[in-house]
Amino acid sequence: MTLDMFIQHFFNALTLGSLYGLIAIGYTMVYGILRLINFAHGDIFMISAYFVFLGITVLNLPWIPAVFISIAATALLGVLTDRIAYRPLREAPRISALISAIGVSFFIENICLVLFTGVPKPMPRLEALVTVMEFGNIRILPLAIFVPVMTTILIAGLLWVLYKTPPGLAMRAISRDIETTRLMGVKVDRIIALTFAIGSALAAAAGIMWALRYPQIHPFMGVFPGFKAFIAAVLGGIGSVQGAMIGGLILGFMEIMIVAFFPGLSGYRDAFAFVLLILILLVKPTGLMGENMEDKI
Amino acid sequence: MLKIENLQVHYGGIHAIRGVSLEVPMGKIVTLIGANGAGKSSTLRSIAGLIKSKTGSITWKGENIMKALPEQILESGIALCPEGRRIFPQLTVLENLKLGGYARKDKSSLNDAIERAFASFPRLKERSWQLGGTLSGGEQQMLALARALMSDPELVMMDEPSLGLAPILVEEVFEIIRKINKEGKTVLLVEQNAFGALNVADYAYVLEVGEISLQGTGAELLSDNRVVSAYLGG
Repeated sequence: MTLDMFIQHFFNALTLGSLYGLIAIGYTMVYGILRLINFAHGDIFMISAYFVFLGITVLNLPWIPAVFISIAATALLGVLTDRIAYRPLREAPRISALISAIGVSFFIENICLVLFTGVPKPMPRLEALVTVMEFGNIRILPLAIFVPVMTTILIAGLLWVLYKTPPGLAMRAISRDIETTRLMGVKVDRIIALTFAIGSALAAAAGIMWALRYPQIHPFMGVFPGFKAFIAAVLGGIGSVQGAMIGGLILGFMEIMIVAFFPGLSGYRDAFAFVLLILILLVKPTGLMGENMEDKI
Repeated sequence: MLKIENLQVHYGGIHAIRGVSLEVPMGKIVTLIGANGAGKSSTLRSIAGLIKSKTGSITWKGENIMKALPEQILESGIALCPEGRRIFPQLTVLENLKLGGYARKDKSSLNDAIERAFASFPRLKERSWQLGGTLSGGEQQMLALARALMSDPELVMMDEPSLGLAPILVEEVFEIIRKINKEGKTVLLVEQNAFGALNVADYAYVLEVGEISLQGTGAELLSDNRVVSAYLGG
């Protein structure tokens, strides 16, 4: 492999890894607080792309307002899922909320199937980000630089919220001991709603960027990215935001580089992530940065 | 005044509290002693709003707080320092304190409260950047008490604050309880260390299998034969 090709693969991997990481953060934050694997998270990711698509093609909005409206609407949808499908089950056994999450996932996928049909919709092109740039023999999309930069900004913002603001402190406290946090006067349900809003907004950012990179929108486009981001979250240590990002990057690089170096394996591309999941669960179930908490499932 | 009348609590299928009535007058130290599983913690947790009971009443300053949420109860001026300290081990000492003052909306009053906590517990100031989990048991108990005081409650409930501490620290904890009370806080203290608790308490209740079996001033119960034989190893 030439250096040029490697650089190209590197940027592809960085893009993919960043997107996995952004989605993984939503899984990890919700899991950290509720010990719930939000199986609908991939569908939240998917719907953000539809929101942008509708904003641009139906409402004739320019890109930037369409993106912001999509992120806000997706965040709201995330909060509503919690309110309708998870909050009533807070005192129920954890498996009930998990089953509810699977139900929400099927519901969102199928309602999209009814509303938008299964025929993929073409994501409108944002020329500035998808016009190929050439540097000698290296051809990369501006998107391949935009995605990691945007991801870095979003993560920095998230870490600021988590480590410098009172709601962030409350989130970190809830993830350890919800009952004692309640004794401190924290309105726990509000903090949980905020967690869903943040996780869903990040998934929306990822969904929109994903649709720019792979411009076909369909109701099941969130399934595989969702699974893989979940694996990234487990790899990084579920519950850890930094871990989710690192897990996402590792997974993105693994996928792109294995195929780049062993083109014969490209048919197994989606299988790598699952093999990795099995290996982590066997070798280090708490993940790379996971805390050993006695009350994990 | 906190007044509980005929409180009954079913908890995980157990009839944990079977009609407890007690009163905590303002400015006093009232203690609730009894064996493990007598329902002491359940009583405190009911007052704090963590357990919902359907029978009986809990009145605080004339208002029924049976249905109030934990955060509303805290805001009304009742704080619980929970059993086992429940320090957040992955948060710093300072963050633990900030969380205790979470309901304070303006920053300057939070900072004042932190300064007061550090003045009362200088050890915590030295360790403000250390993670809660790295403190010794005694320091963790100090942090738990300081954290419970952060919201400036009128009534502080303490669940087994002396549990698991070395004897010298146990004495220190009872000293602190006295001091907190002198500073104007009403205290409802749950203890297994009956001797220590009865010594600091103005009034005491003995709880047995979910019911109050005896009550009186701390001094009266210290010399009561039944208490001596059952709880003081006489």
